[in-house]
Amino acid sequence: MSAIATPPATPRRRAALTPRELLVEVLKYTVLLVLTVTWLFPFYWMFTSAIKDDPQVYTIPPVLIPNPAYWNNFADAWGKNNFNLFAVNSVFLYALPATALTVISSALVAYGFARVRWPGRDIMFYICLITIMLPWQVTMVPLFITFKSLGWLNSYLPLVVPNAFGSAFFIFMMRQFFMTIPEELADAARIDGAGEFGIFVRVILPLTVPALAVVALFRFLWAWNDFLGPLIYINEQDLYPLALGINRLRANISATGTNALAYPYLMAVSTIVVSPILLLFFMAQRTFIEGISVTGIKG
Amino acid sequence: MIESNRAAPPATSPRRRSVRQREALHGYVFMAPAILGLLLFTLGPVIASLALSFTDYGLLTDPEWVGLENYRDMIGEELFWQALRVSTTYSLVSVPLGLVAGLGLAVLLNRRMRGVTLFRSIYYLPTVISGVGVAMLWRWLFNAEFGIINVLLGFIGIEGPAWLTNERWALPALIITSLWGVGSTTLIFLAGLQGIPGELYEAAEMDGAGQLRQFRHITLPLISHVTFFNLVLGIIGALQVFTDAFVITRGGPNHATLFLALYLYNHAFKYLNMGYAAAIAWVMFIIVMLLTLLVFRSSALWVFYEQERQGKNA
Repeated sequence: MSAIATPPATPRRRAALTPRELLVEVLKYTVLLVLTVTWLFPFYWMFTSAIKDDPQVYTIPPVLIPNPAYWNNFADAWGKNNFNLFAVNSVFLYALPATALTVISSALVAYGFARVRWPGRDIMFYICLITIMLPWQVTMVPLFITFKSLGWLNSYLPLVVPNAFGSAFFIFMMRQFFMTIPEELADAARIDGAGEFGIFVRVILPLTVPALAVVALFRFLWAWNDFLGPLIYINEQDLYPLALGINRLRANISATGTNALAYPYLMAVSTIVVSPILLLFFMAQRTFIEGISVTGIKG
Repeated sequence: MIESNRAAPPATSPRRRSVRQREALHGYVFMAPAILGLLLFTLGPVIASLALSFTDYGLLTDPEWVGLENYRDMIGEELFWQALRVSTTYSLVSVPLGLVAGLGLAVLLNRRMRGVTLFRSIYYLPTVISGVGVAMLWRWLFNAEFGIINVLLGFIGIEGPAWLTNERWALPALIITSLWGVGSTTLIFLAGLQGIPGELYEAAEMDGAGQLRQFRHITLPLISHVTFFNLVLGIIGALQVFTDAFVITRGGPNHATLFLALYLYNHAFKYLNMGYAAAIAWVMFIIVMLLTLLVFRSSALWVFYEQERQGKNA
């Protein structure tokens, strides 16, 4: 696939629109507008449900704008359920170490694929690509058994350590970026006697800061959202990341009865957990979107 | 340093040659983490899981070799077939639907207009924040009595089903949820659409082709490689759905949303049937490989590579 980031939309300029074309244009914009509102509505509903009390939640027709709004739901839902600790776990035990390791290892390996010539390189690259296709379930069971025998259960080691060895997705992504750097730069340094590692650190890396940012963003996001990994490896509540914390709140809603403020609290916590990602996304939307367009990585 | 004999093209001068040799050596150093990772976290476990699938292993005692028993059990297990049915139905509906919706959105967004970046971001947003919080949100939206979806349906005179507790509607509910995440497919299509030279449309317009014909004869063929890419990604993704099924419906009601990944999870971590779980994983792997192969094979019929025609490489 060609790596187009954000090229200008191909304009098709017309002198004037016929009435029929005008109608089509109007229709398209209407559809787009309706769809966009629909797309955003779940977010709106999550947020407004978070600041309702129970009577407002269980009212038909539904309350579109909660009045009064119960803003303290946010603090209550968060504070009463130990979410400060979960947030610390998510960020410092999981997301940050995983991100740091991924950025370093993927950059190294991708550079090896993109710019260093060595026998067997292309075969190795294809093997690397094939592993993207491998369903995670295939390696899940043996890895669990291995990590268990290492005594790594109830720690973040199984989720963090593998990042030190590169991840096929990010290697592929970084490689695409490295390929765009003129080879002459490295060759010139090579002839001058610079070592490969020196070239990598001093010549190449400074040019690829945006690419490193994309990898870091995506990896951080995956860790922040990851549910299955912690579900398998973390049982102790004091070690829970945010995802497991939210899942535990679900117990408040059961077939036998729903606790007071169950839905508002669930939505309040979900809103808070989603907010930093929203913020990050809108601050770095260009970076995200270029990343996805270049590699087709799913968020 | 022996391996550099086979390294790269013949060297032109001794100096050049030593540069090449050193470069190859460094290549291996750069590659070391990947090679180690491949062995430790991919190749090793893949082989281990194949071996495990021929054993009975409950974590507490040593694995016991049972030959093909796990696979035989699977064939006789009603729930396995149910899981296979659920995953197949989900893939067959959600993947094509996602492709059509993704392309449709991409076409709508492929224009010069104010705030197009904002629109793109809005559609991509749900894929960024996927996770438990969002799954909880959908549980709430689909709530039979107070969920906004049924309330809205009520406004237009339709009595909505008890989505998540109704055997017939639970899976469709999850498919609708998946459509909300169509944004990444859209962005990939969008990149493809923007790669189509505008002159083609201009020429077609001069020949009197309408927008629909242009779409059919220019757009579709010229983005077929993107469609192909999205199709492969979609299949792989659909067969691995886990979080939504686990959080929104817990596989219920009455196994109506028991995806293969969930079935596997239950056997591995609820019943501690590690051997059987490994066997399920291998069946999934084989299904993914066969489907991907099928798509690759069929691609010769419907994927058009412009680079091939022009003799360029991508």
